[in-house]
Amino acid sequence: MSATTTSHRVCPLAEIPVGEGRAYVVAGEQVAVFRHRSGRVSATQARCPHAGGPLADGQIDEGVVVCPLHLNAFDLATGGSTGDQPALAVHAATVDADGTVSVQLTGSAS
Amino acid sequence: MTLTSSGTQTGTAQLPVQRAHRRRLVVVGNGMAGARAVEELLERGGRDQFAITMFGDEPYGNYNRIMLSHVLSGEEDEDGIFLNSLPWYAENGIDLRAGVRVDRVDRFAKVVHDADGGRTPYDVLLIATGSSPFFPAMEGMHRDDGTMLDGVFGFRTLDDARALLNSAKVHRRAVVIGGGLLGLEAAHGLATHGVEVDLVHSPSHLMNQQLGPEAGRVLRGRIEALGIRVHTGVRTKGLRGTDRVTGVELPDGTVLPADLVVVAAGIRPNVDVAVRSGLDVQRGIVVDDRMRCSSGEDGDEGPADGVYAVGECVQHRGQTYGLVAPLWEQAGVLADHLTGTRPDAEYHGTRTSTKLKVAGVDLVAMGLAGPERDGDEFVVFSEPSRGIYLNVVVRDERLVGATLLGDVRKTAFLTQAFDQGLPLPQERMALLFDLGAPSDDVGVAELADDAQVCNCNGVSKGTIAGAVADGCSTVGAVMAKTRAGKGCGSCKTLVEQVVQWAAGGDLAVDESASWYVPGVPLAKPELMTAIRERRLKSVSAVFRELAPGGAEDAKSKMGLTSLLRMMWPEGLDEEERDGRFINDRVHANIQRDGTFSVVPQMKGGVTSADQLRRIADVADKYDVGMIKVTGGQRIDLLGIRKEDLPKVWADLGMPSGYAYGKSFRTVKTCVGTDFCRFGLGDSTKLGIDIETRFQGVETPAKLKLAVVGCPRNCAEAYVKDVGVVAVGSGRWEVYVGGAAGASVRKGDLLATVDSPEEVLALTGRFIQFYREWGNWLERTYEFVPRLGLERVRAVLVDDSDGLVAGLDERMQQTVDAYRDPWQEGAEPVTPGQFRSSLPLVDLPLVPRRPAGAPGGLAISEVAR
Repeated sequence: MSATTTSHRVCPLAEIPVGEGRAYVVAGEQVAVFRHRSGRVSATQARCPHAGGPLADGQIDEGVVVCPLHLNAFDLATGGSTGDQPALAVHAATVDADGTVSVQLTGSAS
Repeated sequence: MTLTSSGTQTGTAQLPVQRAHRRRLVVVGNGMAGARAVEELLERGGRDQFAITMFGDEPYGNYNRIMLSHVLSGEEDEDGIFLNSLPWYAENGIDLRAGVRVDRVDRFAKVVHDADGGRTPYDVLLIATGSSPFFPAMEGMHRDDGTMLDGVFGFRTLDDARALLNSAKVHRRAVVIGGGLLGLEAAHGLATHGVEVDLVHSPSHLMNQQLGPEAGRVLRGRIEALGIRVHTGVRTKGLRGTDRVTGVELPDGTVLPADLVVVAAGIRPNVDVAVRSGLDVQRGIVVDDRMRCSSGEDGDEGPADGVYAVGECVQHRGQTYGLVAPLWEQAGVLADHLTGTRPDAEYHGTRTSTKLKVAGVDLVAMGLAGPERDGDEFVVFSEPSRGIYLNVVVRDERLVGATLLGDVRKTAFLTQAFDQGLPLPQERMALLFDLGAPSDDVGVAELADDAQVCNCNGVSKGTIAGAVADGCSTVGAVMAKTRAGKGCGSCKTLVEQVVQWAAGGDLAVDESASWYVPGVPLAKPELMTAIRERRLKSVSAVFRELAPGGAEDAKSKMGLTSLLRMMWPEGLDEEERDGRFINDRVHANIQRDGTFSVVPQMKGGVTSADQLRRIADVADKYDVGMIKVTGGQRIDLLGIRKEDLPKVWADLGMPSGYAYGKSFRTVKTCVGTDFCRFGLGDSTKLGIDIETRFQGVETPAKLKLAVVGCPRNCAEAYVKDVGVVAVGSGRWEVYVGGAAGASVRKGDLLATVDSPEEVLALTGRFIQFYREWGNWLERTYEFVPRLGLERVRAVLVDDSDGLVAGLDERMQQTVDAYRDPWQEGAEPVTPGQFRSSLPLVDLPLVPRRPAGAPGGLAISEVAR
């Protein structure tokens, strides 16, 4: 597994309403980016590992995202399922000084 | 939070802070009441209005007195019970005089005199001096010089708890005087340290303030099982010992040997300061509904200027309290009043219900301990060998008392029923037990391991049992782990039974089962009260004020949004779109491939050539995957991309049919009198009228209706949430609580009425009643049987509870506030509201019907 991590500037923070998610293609990967009410951002793979649901349409709090299709919840920090689903890929995400959301992708992602 | 120019945030304008003329507030007493009142004050911006000084007898910050018993028993250490440590006072600009006792108050000069000779002027004075243990007169309690024998303790303060702990380490035998809550806690705490304990209680049974004789007897069994010897109906004659206590003498001459004695024979309000200050004091310091004190004997000099009191030291409407809940309410009212947040706030007393763990035994007591009048119903279950005793007292269909000892699973429901006057089930036994009875007679024990329990998520009995074996100890935990019961929810009762069977009685009490949503620990009536009192108008405000730690919970948002929109029909403070499920954000139903279905409104299932033409055009233009006639007598366009939704709505030019929400969905009708040769009433028109009036109304779960023109029931009105049947001579039957989904249930006949107008009125009333009393996601086929048809009818038809006018009025407000959500297509509410969430190529795409077949179009996948 390669350890290269690259940072990608994805979108202006203002493009994502507070407490919601939006989906983006980042370096050829489908990524869901979430904007928490606390001001933080999180990023995960865009499709739910259970049945392919669009996670960016899910509901979030500070800790989890709930897939809109079957209401499976996943920890946004670890990607782990709170039930018995496979884990999600999670990506580090930050808001840059100019208000742009950046997502860090690790090289060997599938 | 980062504010952006996205337009979704509305900044609240801050008034300029005026610090120049802060009033001086002096609080006498730094216990739970005084500190709570100050906290409430600060929460309402009191820091800008008041310069606060607090006097406390004890040299500490403020701690949770209730937890002292846990300190004594070793379940909690001292640090764990502090509510406000010393730095908190400094951080909030409070001048705390800890360990300084107040002597008296000069009400005319408005100055507080303390024991150190200090003089502190005030504009507003709050007395919160609490209460002290009552020491009954006993021979030999004092030495010749008037001091108390060594080894005799009260149990009230942190210092008491420390002294008792130290004493328990070196002494072997204790006598506790008093078998109320405090005495039992002290006895239990001492017993956990290996001290031999005798408990002496002069009334005939334990906890006689809260419990009837039988419950007291069962509790006694539990206490004795802890190794504590209990003596009831026995007075303490006196104490033995010259310098240090050596024993307790009973009237028959018996002497119980003791190295230490704890006196827990009740509490008395601390009123000395108030008396010395010339305030009206009876059993406690007399206050009015705004917590104002009065002066002179019997208050004959009128209200005392700027002097207030809260907590255990007060007497309000003749009542004194020794529990924490009333004190919190008082503190809230006082803060509302003093800060001007709600100048007309009033305290009207508290109906106390006690929920506690006494000596390791769960106990809930509210209202009457037993029947008092001839007509009172009294339902009792007693199982002394397991230490379980349950009873309820019902008067005029209202719960007026309940005792749960050893098994408190029904607490949430009974508390609601007691506090809110919730309708009671006809089957009284259901007040004490969950009578989960699935329609078939097969007990869960006989079900095969691979028998499917949850059909939505394909969960078998074996899987559920496995989750229990793996350590899930509550129904909620099992549901979260296996997703059983998380689909349509119709199997929830069965899931609970299987979990109970698998746990074999080792199930933890799942209090959360009664909560309206998992993230806020309140049942619906309590939650609504809190929301109304605090005027919370956004989901984030509810979390901030009512959730543990103020934490958001994703799975609670949808239910809270629905509740808030029901409670505040005129609109919410802040349109928080993240509080809504995706369907309610984009007003369409999400499908398995992430596309959406669009169902235009087709009132009563009646359409026109023009509408059909437009639907056909839209289907062509947007490459609709399937056009389906639904069970709700409308047309569903499936496979619409999210980004196309606004254009689809615009081209349709029809309002939303709400096929996606937890809301009023549709009214099916038959052709009634227009064409049918059997029709007895104009069902089509009535169905259309009903749908016009209640379109889009949000409800705890979806609501499907039907109106039929005769009992042939062509539009299946008997199995609808609300079904209306014409029976001739202008009369209509109204059925409620029917279902023909995962559960099949014939509706119950609520009433037969004489006109379509009455049908509309009764339907609206029922829907509003369901909105206000139904649990989140509880369908009417569960709601109606839960309350009992008789009860629903009494409330809605006979107006037994005086609720009808309010229900009708609130429904009218909701109807008036209706706006077609598809109008949002023209002006999106949030950035990217209709932006695709699936630029995804690897989704399992819904297969198209074969080309040429109905609904089968040319395949053209679009992936961006």
